[in-house]
Amino acid sequence: MTANMFILAALVLPLVGAVGIVLTRKKANLREAVTLVTAGLLFFCVAQLLAPVLAGQRPELLLVEPLPGLPVAFRVEPLGMLFALVASGLWIINSIYSIGYMRSNREANQTRFYVCFALAIGAALAIAFAANLWTLFLFYEVLTLITYPLVAHTGTDKAKQGGRTYLGILMGTSVLFLLPAVIYIWHVSGTTDFRLGGILPAGMDKSAVAVLLALFMFGIGKAALMPFHRWLPAAMVAPTPVSALLHAVAVVKAGVFSVIKVVIYVFGLDALVGATDWLVAISGFTIVAASVVALSADNLKRRLAYSTVSQLSYIILAVAILAPLSVVGAALHIAVHAFGKITLFFAAGAIYTAAHKTEVSQLNGIGQRMPWTMGAFGIGALSMIGLPPAAGFVSKWYLVSGAVSQGAWVALAVVLLSTLLNAGYFLPILYRAFFRPLSAEAQAHPHGEAPWPIVLALTLTAAGTVALFFFPDVPLALAHQLLAAP
Amino acid sequence: MNLTQHLPALQVIVPLMSAPLAVLLRHGGLAFGLVTAGAWLAFANALALWFQVDASGTISYHLGSWPPPWGIEYRIDRLSSFVLLLVSGMAAIVLLWGRASVAREIPRNVHYLYYAMFGLCLTGLLGITITGDAFNIFVFLEVSSLSTYVLIALGRDRRALAASYRYLIMGSIGATFIVIGIGFLYLTTGTLNLADMAIRLRDVQSSRPVLAALAFLTVGISLKLALFPLHQWLPNAYTYAPSAVTAFLAATATKVAVYVLIRFYFTVFGESLIFDKLPLPKIMLGLSLLAMFAASFIAIFQDNLKRLFAYSSVGQIGYITLGLSFDSVSGLTASIVHLFNHGLAKGAIFLLIGAMVLGLTKGGATPPAPSFDRLNGLAKRMPLTCLGIVVAGLSLIGVPGTVGFISKWYLILAAMEKGQFWLVGAIVLSSLLAVAYVWRFVEVAYFRTPPAQSEAHEPPLSTLIPAWLLVLATLWFGFDTSFTVGTASDAAQQLIRVLP
Repeated sequence: MTANMFILAALVLPLVGAVGIVLTRKKANLREAVTLVTAGLLFFCVAQLLAPVLAGQRPELLLVEPLPGLPVAFRVEPLGMLFALVASGLWIINSIYSIGYMRSNREANQTRFYVCFALAIGAALAIAFAANLWTLFLFYEVLTLITYPLVAHTGTDKAKQGGRTYLGILMGTSVLFLLPAVIYIWHVSGTTDFRLGGILPAGMDKSAVAVLLALFMFGIGKAALMPFHRWLPAAMVAPTPVSALLHAVAVVKAGVFSVIKVVIYVFGLDALVGATDWLVAISGFTIVAASVVALSADNLKRRLAYSTVSQLSYIILAVAILAPLSVVGAALHIAVHAFGKITLFFAAGAIYTAAHKTEVSQLNGIGQRMPWTMGAFGIGALSMIGLPPAAGFVSKWYLVSGAVSQGAWVALAVVLLSTLLNAGYFLPILYRAFFRPLSAEAQAHPHGEAPWPIVLALTLTAAGTVALFFFPDVPLALAHQLLAAP
Repeated sequence: MNLTQHLPALQVIVPLMSAPLAVLLRHGGLAFGLVTAGAWLAFANALALWFQVDASGTISYHLGSWPPPWGIEYRIDRLSSFVLLLVSGMAAIVLLWGRASVAREIPRNVHYLYYAMFGLCLTGLLGITITGDAFNIFVFLEVSSLSTYVLIALGRDRRALAASYRYLIMGSIGATFIVIGIGFLYLTTGTLNLADMAIRLRDVQSSRPVLAALAFLTVGISLKLALFPLHQWLPNAYTYAPSAVTAFLAATATKVAVYVLIRFYFTVFGESLIFDKLPLPKIMLGLSLLAMFAASFIAIFQDNLKRLFAYSSVGQIGYITLGLSFDSVSGLTASIVHLFNHGLAKGAIFLLIGAMVLGLTKGGATPPAPSFDRLNGLAKRMPLTCLGIVVAGLSLIGVPGTVGFISKWYLILAAMEKGQFWLVGAIVLSSLLAVAYVWRFVEVAYFRTPPAQSEAHEPPLSTLIPAWLLVLATLWFGFDTSFTVGTASDAAQQLIRVLP
């Protein structure tokens, strides 16, 4: 099978899986098996593309051409390869987690859940492999729509409200800002293809470049750049496997992935010199402001949501300072943050499932009852703060190196400040869990760890977080290839 | 006598003949068979004509072999063949779809009249599209309008009669204005043949009667178009008419009126300098923006699903006239493409709503009105129907992958070409209003619990299949645009160049 066929397989498998899930909806175990088999096959197909990409090839696939010059086409390049590996790999683990979570909490509408999951991963892969802006935009919108039922899953009024905020902000930003930006690129360049070095016409006015960049940055609402970040905490109303998926794998990574793609392949680092100061400011502000909000958030998922907003802007800041080293860090952070954050969310879901606790203030002494879960939480927290032996250290290293190399002292200060803030809102949770005694109420209701699929999943991702620190070769190789000529 | 030579005449004659035959037979089932066969023949006819125009260019047919400009000329160019396909195609599908719906929504003793009127309406619309004679346009306009008034009044709701009466009054005013406009044109040019008029208008272009003609025609056609604020007849007419009638009208009637507007503006008045004398583009722009925003906004607050999508139609027509106001090839392409695309999408939605009301009750009971309180949790009971409405609704929003996106793309491109970036903002902003009203349906149908004693069930397959065919078409033409965009841009280039 040639590489192009693997691209097609990777795109079609989630669809086939979704159909399979619908067909087996009456037999829950068979249905879950369909998800797991699809996820496994998908990761296999995606992994087959790694060797060709590392060797310098760029497998391509053309599907259909709705408008002349605007094909729905795919082209695997290093960044897309990285995103696809993370998405497909974590889907397997997330599926194991989902099975444990959805069954233990007796959630309704599980078939709809698994179907939308499969289709969402399919859309994320299509975004990862998109060869041009138009294809990326198409599947970006598909991803928004297909994750809406996941966010509003429980159907309560709060869920509907969260769904409205989610859809409103994401659709609003993409229709108001991203769409005109894409059409404008088409209008001035005659193409929307991704090309190293950018596709802007030469000699474009600097202020026009800045405005266009702003349209893209705010239009890609999934990257949660302030002030269009509110959809993230609003989406916390979803079941935790969805939050883990949204905040580690599909949606937010699709957002920052698109940001990096646009900066490198639509604008090109050279064209942006002098036009990104405002972006450094806003992303820097987002990093700090989101961390400050996280400090005072008592709801655990809310704290994690704002931590995600902050971490995403790390990636945006890294590309905004236009340093090749920090761009490597940004690409790396896609993988690193995915593993760390998904571990944290898995732990939050485990705590909810086993102990029915959702607030940080309720977590006193829970480390005694759930040492394994809180240990994993600790590893995830270390990764967020950026301390070894967690993978967060590696991406932060590149980010700081890049900032120093460019003399971007503001960015450096922001990163250092936010490291402190990260410690400020993660370490107290660990302190509470391990060094405070259990409350009387908690002592009256004994519980252990969460069911085994949940614990297995968070063990795997925590191990992955540590493994990425010791063996970052594959992500690092892909990240380094990003700016090299194809 | 070669049949293909006379296809243009047959296009009108076949559905025309089916109508009086249906009346004579006085039998609902036979009438259905006759008129439906006539519609499908008309669709085949329109296909043949489209291929002919595609191969050999504009067709000129002299009715009765009387040469123009004394005789009536049927003139089929790119635009006409496109609209002919839309009208006949929608008629064919709606008639086939309508058996179950008509059986329950229209009293059995007048079924044959329903089909006869449908046949006449189809004749009128096809005739308007195909003719190259100004007064002939008026005649066919009256044929289609009068039959439409009857069709709307056949709805079981008592307010259907009032809605029909209102449409009659406003429609007659519109038709009167149109005939006055045609009269002035005849006065000043001495001919009724559209192509001939275009040539003769060059000599008299700045005279007052010609300006008056333009003004009367614009207002008259805008009434038929339901251009805001002359749209007052539309919401009630769509809401209370029988479901099949609503679907057919929503997909075709206003589109044919747009066709007439384009024909007069670009073919008849095109070569004259008339647009410099009257600030028509600016007026069109202003009214289109009003339609896009006001009508879409009003749609959000409607309680009846049919009325909601009726206001949505008024808003979407604003996009079509916006494209016209650009007076550029891209703008006109966007208008013509959206004419087709919106016809598809709205046809699909109203067919699905018609199916939905059938599924709301069991047995032969009269289908109730689709008010939102009856739609709670409907997606659990009729998943296919609700999914279809959502997918077609995505086309109204303009989500990529649907036909609506293609129209929006060209519209925004046309605005960018003119350098009107604020207009780009207006277009995308109004698209968000569509998100609001489509999502109201999603939330009610998918996130509320259905009442325990609800009888709702998936409507019969005979209604779902044609409706879903249209839904799939909205997705298909969102990816394969060679037919729609190809024809539309050819038509736009033909019109703006105004070839004799």
